[in-house]
Parts: sequence; structure tokens; C-alpha cells
Amino acid sequence: MTRIALDGIAHSYVRHPRTDKDYALRPLHHVWEQGMAYALLGPSGCGKTTLLNIISGLIIPSEGRLLFGDRDVTRLPTEQRNIAQVFQFPVIYDTMTVAENLAFPLRNRKMPKALITARVAEIAAMLELTPDLNRRARGLTADAKQKISLGRGLVRSDVSAVLFDEPLTVIDPALKWELRSKLKAVHRALDLLMIYVTHDQTEALTFADRVVVMNEGQAVQIGTPEELFERPDHTFVGYFIGSPGMNFLPARVEGNRAYVGGNTIALGAAYPELTDAVQIGVRPDFTTLTDGPGLTVQVRRIDDFGRKRLAHVTLDGLPLVATVPPGWAGDGSQARVGFDAPHVLVYRNDVRVEGVAA
Amino acid sequence: MSLVLENIVLKSGADIVIDTVSLTLRRGVMNVLLGPTLAGKTTLMRLMAGLDRPSAGRLLLDDKDVTGIPVRKRSVAMVYQQFVNYPNLTVFENIASPLRVARLPAAEVESRVRHAAALLRLEPLLQRMPAELSGGQQQRTAIARALVKRADLVLLDEPLANLDYKLREELREQLPPIFAESNAILVYATTEPTEALLLGGETATVWQGRVTQHGPTSEIYRSPLNIAAARVFSDPPLNELAVEKRGGAVITAAGRQLPAAGVLAGLPDGHYRLGFRCDDVTLGGDGTGFPGTVSVTELSGSESFVHVDVGTGIWVCLVRGVHDWQPGAPAEVSVDMHRVFVFDIAGNLVTGRS
Amino acid sequence: MMDKPTNNRAWFFVLPVLVLVLFSSIVPVMTVVNYSLQDSMGVNNFFWNGDSWFRDLLNPDTEIGARFADALLRTIAFSFTALAVEVPLGIAIALCLPRRGWSVGISLVIMALPMLIPWNVVGTMWQIFARQDIGLFGAALTGIGLPYNVTQGSVSAWVTIVVIDVWHWTPLVILLSYAGLRAIPDAFYQAARIDGASRWAVFVNIELPKLQKVLVIAVLLRFMQTFMIYTEPVVVTGGGPGSATTFLSIDLVKIAIGQVDVGSAAAMSLVYYIIILTACWIFFTVMTQIDRRGDR
Repeated sequence: MTRIALDGIAHSYVRHPRTDKDYALRPLHHVWEQGMAYALLGPSGCGKTTLLNIISGLIIPSEGRLLFGDRDVTRLPTEQRNIAQVFQFPVIYDTMTVAENLAFPLRNRKMPKALITARVAEIAAMLELTPDLNRRARGLTADAKQKISLGRGLVRSDVSAVLFDEPLTVIDPALKWELRSKLKAVHRALDLLMIYVTHDQTEALTFADRVVVMNEGQAVQIGTPEELFERPDHTFVGYFIGSPGMNFLPARVEGNRAYVGGNTIALGAAYPELTDAVQIGVRPDFTTLTDGPGLTVQVRRIDDFGRKRLAHVTLDGLPLVATVPPGWAGDGSQARVGFDAPHVLVYRNDVRVEGVAA
Repeated sequence: MSLVLENIVLKSGADIVIDTVSLTLRRGVMNVLLGPTLAGKTTLMRLMAGLDRPSAGRLLLDDKDVTGIPVRKRSVAMVYQQFVNYPNLTVFENIASPLRVARLPAAEVESRVRHAAALLRLEPLLQRMPAELSGGQQQRTAIARALVKRADLVLLDEPLANLDYKLREELREQLPPIFAESNAILVYATTEPTEALLLGGETATVWQGRVTQHGPTSEIYRSPLNIAAARVFSDPPLNELAVEKRGGAVITAAGRQLPAAGVLAGLPDGHYRLGFRCDDVTLGGDGTGFPGTVSVTELSGSESFVHVDVGTGIWVCLVRGVHDWQPGAPAEVSVDMHRVFVFDIAGNLVTGRS
Repeated sequence: MMDKPTNNRAWFFVLPVLVLVLFSSIVPVMTVVNYSLQDSMGVNNFFWNGDSWFRDLLNPDTEIGARFADALLRTIAFSFTALAVEVPLGIAIALCLPRRGWSVGISLVIMALPMLIPWNVVGTMWQIFARQDIGLFGAALTGIGLPYNVTQGSVSAWVTIVVIDVWHWTPLVILLSYAGLRAIPDAFYQAARIDGASRWAVFVNIELPKLQKVLVIAVLLRFMQTFMIYTEPVVVTGGGPGSATTFLSIDLVKIAIGQVDVGSAAAMSLVYYIIILTACWIFFTVMTQIDRRGDR
């Protein structure tokens, strides 16, 4: 069993970093477990690619240690790390057939011929490449080429980790979900540690058991897709995960009540007295226009998404997005809005505060 | 005031690329071309712009025949999927460039550029170079340049496709009011049904070089006239089921017999294809639904799409919130028979949602 | 594929080029064709001679035919030798050049230097270089006991001309290959390292296939130049010893100017021209086929 441990890994392109801003990747402690699928998710420039390059050996981190099992590999070159990687653009060997491409990493490691053939057949079947095995790789479409790249990444069973660097960038949108589900199926079939870098939430949430949400060089939350949706630890996670993102309102919090302007909102838990910048956060999915009791809001616009409708409203001038329930009868510019108390979360300086069950 | 395509055909060698398209695109509404990649949206736009000449048919701009007139002599602006800006000019000069070509007086240029920049929230960036901008800002610059020209025809070819989803989400909301102010004939191509719905206006569904339906966007979404339009306007893909109606029952291809409930009740006997979207089905039920196994769950930010293999094919079920179903797990899918579209074997709508 | 908007005024813009081409190639070529079909009895006294110049030229049993066949063979041999040395050597050096850092510019300039020297200067330089008494090259070879004499030994003369061409023009192959190598994305090298590929496997499976297009261009350019080599042998060996380094171009000048045999020379240059055109056409076909295969 191999696991990969990040022991205070950090990277800065500045020689003597002083503030957080000097870090491309701020110090991070984390353990990647065998057999799990992780995604590094964040906007461009958030440090996810830096982290991936540290694991693959392209970058030597300026601080901390990287352990594969018990072995310190912080300074080892890529080829001694026993990893596989799939890149953004298809990397194939033009002169070889599809089968030879898939066999290449095994052949270089002098595996017995029979084993190579069996493994290549297995991986090709998983990725539906079997009919093309004896074709020249260079003549295939971009989608097929990227499948070959994926196959070469997955063909070795003894790797410590398989790294994916935005592998679906060049794939036609209509085929993306197919490859996404294929990757997930492959992960279940093979007991490999996989790390997947992307800026697309659907790719990350669909693929991974655990998602690392990154922003400005910092891992702001590591959690399951459910956790990221239900209990974002950071306002950035609330904003970045979910379409549209979470509503945030500056508030004063006392016990299990939040005060936003002249309005009182019930909370699902009790909180100690909080200072500094306090906000409550609630997803549009748990903010609902209602015919029953609720806070009065001004309706600015209602967007029809077909399978759902979202209202853009203001509460005392503060913008909010709320779900319009199917049977909602209201019209005009005024409406009432209700919040689902257990899903109203409290943030202090952008970090979620844990309440005490009331 | 409109652009009319009259029986437009485009052939490339023996292939028919665009097959007899007739469309009326009106000024003052958003005209959306909705269709998958390679359906012919870009080709249609090139024909509208005069970049290509149709093999047959006529193109009328405000009742004037403009069929053979090349793009240089028309008043057209275009925004592409790739961010196209002049790398050596500031944002201001980029937006101003069509006005400079037209040799407008400096004061006029200044005021038009300022106005467009204000609409697209580019004011603080006017002195920057394109390389210093994010993708969203670059695309807003390109859109501003298209609007400032005050062309008769503004073509937007999947302008948001290359942006990250957060930026796409934001721009989708910002764009409609900006376009509302423009006096041009606006044509917007997209592959995404959600984008079409948010833009509103009128939609033409494009499929394999044909326009399968044209009308108000939400009307097409709610009652597609044929299965091609329904497929184009469904993301995730439309769930489909072939059935035969016989008396008071419908029989599926797999031999299952169901009571002819909902919209199926009044149908004459015969073979039909049912189409329904992911939000017209629910996962779970009382045992009368369709049994299947979960093949994969796709999680978007706030919704889960569970793909269930029901034997005759894979159906997608929407579940609100983020929940992961384990692949291989048994699942029952219940279809709301009041919400299905019924198509005949030729693919034309017989009856829609009740 | 599709109709482009047409405008007949566009021809006006092409007209100057057409006139230029008319005077720079079509008129001279037609003059040569004219000469090749006539015989002359003194100045400006021509009469029709049909295809007899060509028949003589292409018949190895005639004197001129034998001479032409020899020169042609010599030229082809020279082109192949030069290409066989320059292409592998150029690729090898390009592979050794640094890919990034401050040394890139310096190495490229040093590599490019020989190309910037004019042909006749190169010839003169090597004339001195090759001297046994004071020339660096000649003296060195003689010093280690090799029987080197550029004016007496035909092997020596040949080797010298090849070495000159290699020294002068390998840099072109180096620069083209280097540009080709630089265009290969880093991901390919990284993937190969991860796949555990050896250096040789990287060369065979990544670098060489990706260089294919550039190399066809390099070979084409070098073939044309070596096939038309003139200045260096004229300056260094004068085509000798005997006729050991008398290549087609030299022979052509000897016949046309030395013997004032205009008809033969014209026929010869036309055949020469057709050979080069054919070679270019073959290269062009190969090149477009590589393109098409890559696109599929």
C-alpha cells in the first residue's frame, strides 16, 4: 500500500517569502490514500497546477517534504517516482499503433510479453479502444488520442499515483460526460490513487471521492462533494461550488438568531458572540420564495432555467438569489422569502464558525 | 426590420451542408440558434454575414435582396468563441477600432466607447492591454467592439464557450440587458439549452443542417414539435422510450405492460416514442416504476444527475442537492406520464404535456 | 471549398508580378530553349538543328554524352555524400544545443556564422586552409601522415569539397532541426520520462517523427544547393585534378564559355533544370503527403 503524504509542502517563486501573497502554494499538510480519487479544484492561478507539479517532480517545493509511503521523494526526478500522468493535450507516439502506445510504459520496464498483452487488452476494453488496437495512433481523432493518453496513464498497476492535468480540455463537450463516467468506472475497477486537476466543478465533483478546493495558493477545504455543498468551510467554497453560488449577507449573530438590517433570521444552531466581519451564508437552493410567512424582498428579475426558476431579489438592498417553487403564485415586485434554518451557516472573516446544536 | 433567410441551401461538393432553411430574424429580440457542435450554426452565421454565398435561396435585409453582397459591403459585427482582440492595442483602442476605420470624429468615438465600456463594466480597464485581462474581460471587450459599431447585424458565435463556468454564469446574467439596449438584429449561437432559456427571445433549433423548429424560446422548450427539437433542447440528454399503445395499455419494447395514464390515455392505438426530461422523472417509487441499476452519478454544483440503466437504455434523473449514488446499486425510476412528450414513429409531436 | 467573393480588379495587383516573372524567368528560359534547338556558325548566324543536341547529350557513346553522364554522376554522388553527412550531423548538433537559458542565443549565433560568409570567400579561405605548407587543414592532415594533396589527389580534392560544404551548410540543418525540436511541447518529454523511455526511444518515437516535416524542407534545400554547387570547386580545385571535381555546373560553364558551344550548353542546362524540377516535385509530393497523414 502506498500513500502520499504532504508534510508542510509549500512553494514560492520568491527567495524569501514574507506574506501569504508571496506563496504560489501555501504550507499544506495532507495525506493521499491508496485507492482514493482526489480532485484539485480552483480557478486559474489558485496553485492547483503547482501542487500537481510538485507531486510529479517537475517542481521541487521550497518548503516541506513529500513522502511516497516511507520514502522521501521531495528531490527525486520524475522517472524515479513511480507515477503516471495524463496531460491536458493528448500525448501519443506517432510512429506506434494504439496497442504499442499502451504497451510502451510496460515494455520499457521489461515486463513479460504475455502480461503486457493481457494488461493492454484489459485497459483497451475499459476505454473502448479494442477495435482500434492495431491502427496507427496518429490518424485518430483528438478524443481517441486522449483516450490513448488516459490508457497509457492507467496501464501500470504498480504506480503510486496517476495524475490527471485537466485531461478533458480538448474533448468535445458532447463526449465529456461519457469520458467522465468512464474515468470513474476505471477508478473503481483499478485500485489506484488518482489525483485530478480541474477548474470545472462538475468534473471534480463527479470524479472525486474527496475534492480539494483551492484559492490563492491555499487549500480552503478538503471534503466530499456533499460536504462542499452542504457545509462549505469558507466563503470561497460557497461561491465557487454550486450554480449559482451561495448567498452571503453581512449580519450580527446572537445565539441562534442572525440580524440582517432590520430582519431576524433563525439559525440551525447557537453561536457564541462573534466580532470582526460576520456573514451568514445560505445557498439559493435553501432560500425559497414563499406564500407563507417570511421576510419581505423586492423582486428584480426571475430567470427561467427550464427545470427550475431562480429569483434575483433584494433584502434591504442586499442582493439575494432564491428558488421559485413550482406552485408559487406571487407576482409583481414584492415577495416573501424563507430560509431553511439548518442550512443557514455563519462565517467570521470568511471562515465558517461551528455552532452548538440548540 | 428583419433579416429573412428564404429557402437557403448550401452545398459543398455533393454534401448538403445547409438544407433549405427559412428563418425570419427580427430586430429587437434575441435570436438564438441552438444546436450541438457541427449542427450547422456557424455555417448559418457565415451565410447571414455574407462570408459564404448560398448555393440556392435568398437573403433579405429589411426587404432588400442582399444575397450576393460580400461581407465588406454589409454592416456586420461578429464575436467568436475564441477571444479575438488586437494584442497591440489597449482595451479602449480595441473597442474604438471599428469607429476609427469608419473615420468618426474623436469626440463621437470617445463617447461611444465610454458608453459601451460602461455597459460591459470595462471602465477601469480601458488603458490595459488584452494580455493583462482575464478571459471574461477579453470577451467583454470583443462584445463591446461588436456593439459599438452599431452594425445592422451582430453575430455571436458561442461567445461564452471558452470561459470558466463561474464567469460564464456571471456573463449570462449580465448580457441580456446589454443586448436589450442594442438596435441591431442579434443572432446568438449556443449549444446549451440553459443559455438559450436565459437569453429568452426566439430560438431556432438546428440539427444536421436543418432548422427543426423556430419560435419563442420558452414555448419551444415546453412544447417541441418534433423529437429532434426536443433532443437539441435537453441537457442532460432526453430520456426516450419506444411503446405500443393497445387499448387501455401501453407495451414497452421490453414487453412491459403499463396502464395508459396521463397524456397517453387519449391516444389512438399504434407505435409511439415517448420523450421526457431528467426533471420529469423521480428516483424511487412505489414499485410501479421502471427498475434499473445506477450506472453513474454526475454532480454539478447544486444538482445530481443519476444515470440509470433501465434495460432499454440509460435514463437521467435529476436529484436536487449533491448526493452520490453508488454505481451498480438498484434504482427505481418513476415517470410522470402527465409530463411526457409523445412522438409518432416519424418523430413528430402527437401530444405534449398536459 | 466555398465560393469566395470575387473581384476582377484584383488582377491589377498581380500584374506587376506577372511582368517581373515574364522577364526574370520565362524570357531567359525561352532563349535557352531557342539556343538548344539551333546551331550557330559564328556570331548571330543560327540555323535549325532540331533535337540533335539533346540526342547527343543523352547518348553516352558520343563525346558530349559521356562527359555529361560523368558530370551528372559526380554531381549526384556529391549531393548524396553531402546530405548523408550534413543531415545526421545537423540533427545531432541540434540535439546537443541548450534549449533554454542565456547560452541559447550565443550558441545559435556561433552555429550560424559559417552561413553568413559569401561563397567565393569560403572558397578562398579553404584554398589557403587546404595548403599543405601553411594551411591549418592541409598541414594537420599531412602532419598525421595522411597522403593529402588537394591539387594532385582526386580523393583529397573530393574530401575537401565535401568538408567545405559540410562546414558551410550544416548550420542550416542545425537551425531548422533546432526550431523543429523547440516546437515539441514539454508534455511529450515529460510523458516519455514517466513512461520510462530511454533517450534513444525518445529520439526515435518523439523527436524524429516530429522533425519529419522540417527535415524534408532541409533535405530539399540542401539537395538543390549541392546539386548546383559551383563556386567552391572552381576556387579551390578548379574542377580538378583532371575532371575529378568537375560537377555539372562547372562543365556547363566550360562548354558554354570555354568552348563557346552554345547549343550543347543550352540543351545541357535544360536537362539540368528538368532534373532539379523533378526532384523538387518529388519532395513537394512527399511533404504534402506527410501533411495529409498528420491531419487525418
